Amino acid sequence: MTGPQEVDTAALRARYPDVFDRPASARLAMPAMIVAAFAILVYGLVDLDFSPSRFFNGLSQLGWISLMMIPPDPGSSLPIYLKALGETLSIALLGTTLAAVFALPVSLLAARNVIPSQILRFPVRRFLDSIRGVDTLIWALVWINVVGLGPFAGVLAIAVSDFGAFGKLFSEAIEGADQKQVEGIRASGGSPLHEIRFGLLPQVLPVIAGQVLYFIESNTRSATIIGIVGAGGIGLQLAEQIRVLEWQKVSFLILMILVAVAAIDFISGKLRFAIIGRRAVA
Amino acid sequence: MTVAVSILPEQQLAVLNAAYRQAVARRRWRLLLGIVVFAAALVLAAVGAEVNLRTLFTYFGNFLSYFDRIFTLDSGQRVWTDVGEWLWGWRKWLRMLGETLLISYVGTLIGATFAFCLNFFAAENTSPAPWLRFVVRRLLEFARTVPGIVFALIFVIAFGLGPMAGVLAIAIHSTGALGKLFSEIVENADMKPVEGIRSTGASWLSCMRFAVVPQVTAGYASYALLRFEINVREASVMGFVGAGGIGQELVVAIRKFYYSDVSAILLTIIVTVFIIDITTGWLRGRLFGKEART
Repeated sequence: MTGPQEVDTAALRARYPDVFDRPASARLAMPAMIVAAFAILVYGLVDLDFSPSRFFNGLSQLGWISLMMIPPDPGSSLPIYLKALGETLSIALLGTTLAAVFALPVSLLAARNVIPSQILRFPVRRFLDSIRGVDTLIWALVWINVVGLGPFAGVLAIAVSDFGAFGKLFSEAIEGADQKQVEGIRASGGSPLHEIRFGLLPQVLPVIAGQVLYFIESNTRSATIIGIVGAGGIGLQLAEQIRVLEWQKVSFLILMILVAVAAIDFISGKLRFAIIGRRAVA
Repeated sequence: MTVAVSILPEQQLAVLNAAYRQAVARRRWRLLLGIVVFAAALVLAAVGAEVNLRTLFTYFGNFLSYFDRIFTLDSGQRVWTDVGEWLWGWRKWLRMLGETLLISYVGTLIGATFAFCLNFFAAENTSPAPWLRFVVRRLLEFARTVPGIVFALIFVIAFGLGPMAGVLAIAIHSTGALGKLFSEIVENADMKPVEGIRSTGASWLSCMRFAVVPQVTAGYASYALLRFEINVREASVMGFVGAGGIGQELVVAIRKFYYSDVSAILLTIIVTVFIIDITTGWLRGRLFGKEART
């Protein structure tokens, strides 16, 4: 009888030494990484004052807060909230559009196939990276200093921080474009501007449109929070109601945000597929 | 010269031409309609967002001069002429940055652990029951859609001021975001090993442990690293609402008009984000090969 248990282990061991006797370094690597990760976690918990008593106190507080949130109730401020939500959507739409309009020419400067010179591209790219490295909330604070409190500062904040992201994404889309069309235009005597207009842009515009729509979606989310620092929209209402502990209004506002984001997701998803077909957008 | 292209008879050509013109015209109309609708939406949004170009043009100088001011020391010199004076608080700022990194590390790890536990229930192919999948998916969606800083605002009231609120807010947000991504990886996993293990009479838990997890860990780790990158940025502003980290210093500097401090703190944040981006990118490349560099 030959069952699976009668396999000649010794022969197998001789034939595949790596499977049976992995070198100690390979076997220890995984546990060592886990131990290190865990050690940093413990250090972090201690350093960040994670005392169990504080944690459970907070949890019971949180339980009370959640109970007080039920049922969600806007009180008499529903019109104000609807207006704030409209403000948020406006901020997202305008900010994203502005960012896209300004990012398109700059992204051409950052694309390898448009500007071959590394020296010219490098500063443009680092410039875009620096803008991206600063969070939208920080930009909002800066713009509040310039144009004052209100949704306009929010529009400018979203526009600037998305400018950095778009510049990078667009230039990647442009670098992914087919060079043959460009060469064709050049062969027929087109100027560099013609090459971009007729060779590159028709290829990349659908991709870019998809990315812009996707960002309008994600910016609806960002726009809901920049109000926390005073840059308009529903975040302003939310932060205020949290500060005065009006929990029923808070839960109503959160519900409003969830519904609005879901609606925007749905609409722009449909639009995106209509424009570029069922292609994944990074 | 002879014409190589055969030309259709006049009548046939006219019909085709008309059809072509009609198709082009229809496309142009649709494009025009799209542009008009978009422009109308923009105008509406401009009114809604109280856009005031006059304010912008009047104060645009402020924007430029703001950068002029944050790059000027109290003594009136440019900041880079006296780096020691510019970065005077570097010890404190580095400590706060360290706190920011710890907040995002601990938050990401806790979030990834929860996402790991939940994602098998959310994936189409491994979830034990449809109702459970529905519940877990809605939970993850909720955690993902409510912005992290809103959680932070609420947690600051529940847990008190300090990094604990920031960590928990980041953990919850990461659970939502990673849970979705993880379950998508699981849905792409090969189900044949699962069938093989189930045929030996193994429980659901063993099926996950021995058939699914070995296939998906690399993808999990890659996404978790990416999330860590994002969370560092997020943690840098958690301090705005009192949830710890460098944001607290920054908001004080901005509100109190300590101009050169603003640029110094921003510089340290940008440099840190760069370093983290490069390091995690390198780590992802080394651990999972080139294709994992998303």
